[in-house]
Amino acid sequence: MKAAAERKIWRPGRSLVIAVPFIWLLLFFLAPFAIVFKISFAESQLAQPPFTNLVEWAEDMLTLSLNLFNYKDLVEYDLYLKGYLTSIKIAFFSTVFCLLLGYPIAYVISRMPPHTRNVCLMLVIMPSWTSFLVRIYAWMGILKGNGLLNNLLLWLGVIDQPLAIMHTPTAVYIGIVYAYLPFMVLPIYANLVKHDHSLLEASADLGAKPWTSFLRITLPLSIGGVIAGSMLVFIPAVGEFVIPELLGGPNSIMIGKLLWAEFFNARNWPGAAAVAVVMLLLLVLPLTLFHRYQARDLEGREDA
Amino acid sequence: MHSSWQKALSWGILALGFAFLYVPIIVLIVYSFNESRLVTVWSGFSLKWYGELFSDRQMMKAVGVSLRIAFMSATSAVVLGTMAALVMVRFGGFKGKTLFTSMITAPLVMPEVITGLSLLLLFVSLDQFIGWPGGRGMTTIWIAHTTFCMAYVTVVVNSRLREMDQSLEEAALDLGANRLKVFFLITLPIVSPALVAGWLLAFTLSLDDLVIASFVSGPGSTTLPMEVFSSVRMGVSPKVNALSALLVTGIASLTFVGWWLMRRQEHKRLADLQAAKRQQEMV
Amino acid sequence: MALPENKAKQKKVQLQICGVSKDFDGTLAVNNVDLDIYQGEIFALLGASGCGKTTLLRMLAGFEKPSAGSILLEGEDMARLAPYQRPMNMMFQSYALFPHMTVENNIAFGLKQDRMPKQQIADKVAEVLGLVQMEAYAKRKPHQLSGGQQQRVALARSLAKSPKLLLLDEPMGALDKKLRTRMQLEIVNILEKVGVTCVMVTHDQEEAMTMADRVGIMNAGILSQVGSPMEVYERPNSRMTAEFIGSVNLFEGELVVDEVGYVEIASDSLESNIYIAHGIVGSEGMALAVAIRPEKINISRTEPAQAHNKARGVVEDIAYLGSHSVYHVRLPSGFKVLASVANSNRQIASDEQQRITWGDEVFVSWSDSCAVVLYS
Repeated sequence: MKAAAERKIWRPGRSLVIAVPFIWLLLFFLAPFAIVFKISFAESQLAQPPFTNLVEWAEDMLTLSLNLFNYKDLVEYDLYLKGYLTSIKIAFFSTVFCLLLGYPIAYVISRMPPHTRNVCLMLVIMPSWTSFLVRIYAWMGILKGNGLLNNLLLWLGVIDQPLAIMHTPTAVYIGIVYAYLPFMVLPIYANLVKHDHSLLEASADLGAKPWTSFLRITLPLSIGGVIAGSMLVFIPAVGEFVIPELLGGPNSIMIGKLLWAEFFNARNWPGAAAVAVVMLLLLVLPLTLFHRYQARDLEGREDA
Repeated sequence: MHSSWQKALSWGILALGFAFLYVPIIVLIVYSFNESRLVTVWSGFSLKWYGELFSDRQMMKAVGVSLRIAFMSATSAVVLGTMAALVMVRFGGFKGKTLFTSMITAPLVMPEVITGLSLLLLFVSLDQFIGWPGGRGMTTIWIAHTTFCMAYVTVVVNSRLREMDQSLEEAALDLGANRLKVFFLITLPIVSPALVAGWLLAFTLSLDDLVIASFVSGPGSTTLPMEVFSSVRMGVSPKVNALSALLVTGIASLTFVGWWLMRRQEHKRLADLQAAKRQQEMV
Repeated sequence: MALPENKAKQKKVQLQICGVSKDFDGTLAVNNVDLDIYQGEIFALLGASGCGKTTLLRMLAGFEKPSAGSILLEGEDMARLAPYQRPMNMMFQSYALFPHMTVENNIAFGLKQDRMPKQQIADKVAEVLGLVQMEAYAKRKPHQLSGGQQQRVALARSLAKSPKLLLLDEPMGALDKKLRTRMQLEIVNILEKVGVTCVMVTHDQEEAMTMADRVGIMNAGILSQVGSPMEVYERPNSRMTAEFIGSVNLFEGELVVDEVGYVEIASDSLESNIYIAHGIVGSEGMALAVAIRPEKINISRTEPAQAHNKARGVVEDIAYLGSHSVYHVRLPSGFKVLASVANSNRQIASDEQQRITWGDEVFVSWSDSCAVVLYS
């Protein structure tokens, strides 16, 4: 009934309103993936553009050449294999750290009186509106050998040798958790704040202690927010380039950095495309998971 | 029901979280006023790095490029994003809706290197076959930024549209307004705070993007993050601190003003509502 | 509806509420309430929204702490016990069924907290599901149930732990009117079968009167009257109670004749005095009010034979309500008297009564014994 009413309102011009954003996204979001896929089978060449065509028409012959060399490279050089593994490992643990830090923050904020709640939420979001690059840059000054953290710790007498944090996986973890924390807090908060308080009262009324109530009621009901937040951290973190580039070192070479190097330094576009295709394949599952929860939110559905 | 240690724990968690989020930014700003070239050693207050920043022509040119791109991208992202949100919330089902929803949600998380590379390869292929967009530059960055910013705008406008009472639109139709008029006279004013928020968000996202822009930019269209990145790669420099301090305070105050305006509007609405109630009670 | 006064006297007190108050930032939501609840009875706290009845209930459950006073369950002070330690269970207005658990797991939740053996839990769940006739729905999730079914599950869940006291918060609040009347009786049957002591909160007087053995009327935080449904209806002790329960004709007046066997009260609304055929506590010149229920008022075209308690007026409005009709009769003083006439009478009534219609001049009258004198 409701759908029918909606249709009645927007009938004329409906197709146009759908078509404009739809076509834009098809052209500039979806089609590029097809092209990446195509070019990942091309050969690198010194020309403009720096790759070969897959289909050639020469001397009355149509030749289709699929070059699997780029994928063979990915398997044969353990640099890539290690890059993928490192990326997934770093992204996974960063997500876990973000969750451990972000869930309590979201929980505390959701339990505040509405006025304080809005101010606190604003304070969580604000850093993510300021420049990402600048925030990572800020950590460079803090973490490096003669940086602020080491100076502070030396001055306090906690250590007598500067800690080597910069250019280690630790620095990358700090950077990712720092940059992505707000993206974990927001969806969890949005979920927690909608919870019906009477459920917790019912749980207490039935004899559950506060901690049991949290584990049995609040936590399972907030799983949607946890998954959305985790995917908002995990997926971009897998392909992260800036953070490993600026804070990481030889032990934290992530796949985003390899793709970048392949493209900008080696100018091997088909190679970079193959790296991207494999990364995309690895992310299909997390992307589907994210889409399921996000779409539910966007379409205003409440079913579990 | 809150015992005092629970309260203390709550505030402890928040204090820790906020310290983690804000200490690096504050440190950055403080050291932008440092006299010394060594970023980590304090040697006295000075504004000289700001002076040097403003005399850096390359940097200033990049600021101009970035602002122009951000302005254009935010504006087009708001137009497209609002349409997409309208489609999601008000249009019911249609063929390809699942695909449409996927194309809205995926850009929110898609690793930037993938988006950047794929758009670049698209532009190169298009150039090859139809001769457009004719090389890379501001236009290609604008298209790329519009595409990923519109997803964010859609999410913001979407939630506001869903909160909106649809009977308002129906009432306007019932009173004889045509559909286009209903949209511009009823729907748009009501969701306008979300449009402003969406625009601001898109603006800052575009201003902030390094990776995608690096892929799709051409000669002469170096954006500010690209400029900053190339100098940061060389190591920490107090000039970048000064720039960062300006960026952070600029964007933060912009966000704060936007937030404050929206809050004031909300407060005024509530106050009006209460005044109306009192009046009713007195009658 | 049995008169529980006698029944209650033989029974022992299950719950004692002694001088309980609740102060919310300077406003007294509950003001010095004293109340005894007897074992096995269904007690309804009745009042308009904001009267403090829900706050009182929440203090029983332990969700709010009393600012003053004590709550004793079987003589044991509840003050120190957290909600999860109290041997009482509540059915929430919204039901508060856990959306991520099946019906079965919702009901088992409380039992699991007591670390009951698995088999025993299963038996108990089956038992209460049978009690509310929901055996077939054990594996469903709450959102797959209708409103009435959800209510049964909520009731089953709150009964599963065999609480010493069952609390019902607006039990019918989320149901539509038709389902409401059916469920009211059904729930009473279940509660009587279980024999649990029950305190419920409602704003619906019909619901309170149908379900409860005793009713407590709350107004502005004060418990103003406690009694059986019949008592509070027939013998209200204040203007507030009289007006809150059902509709009433309230004549403000002054005691002018005070004899041992009868009294007369003069009211500006009436031309002649109200005559009451029994003595009352009071003195001449005292201001008081007389309440007469609409169904106690007779209406006729000819002047009734009785000497007292009649008035002439004009029919201004007739509200046809199916089972009965309410006549609005305007007296010369401007006062409007409501007279309720059962429509079974109307059908078989004489032509004279049937002809009473808008604008007719009629007499309203009432017997010497049906008026209730109110002092406050």
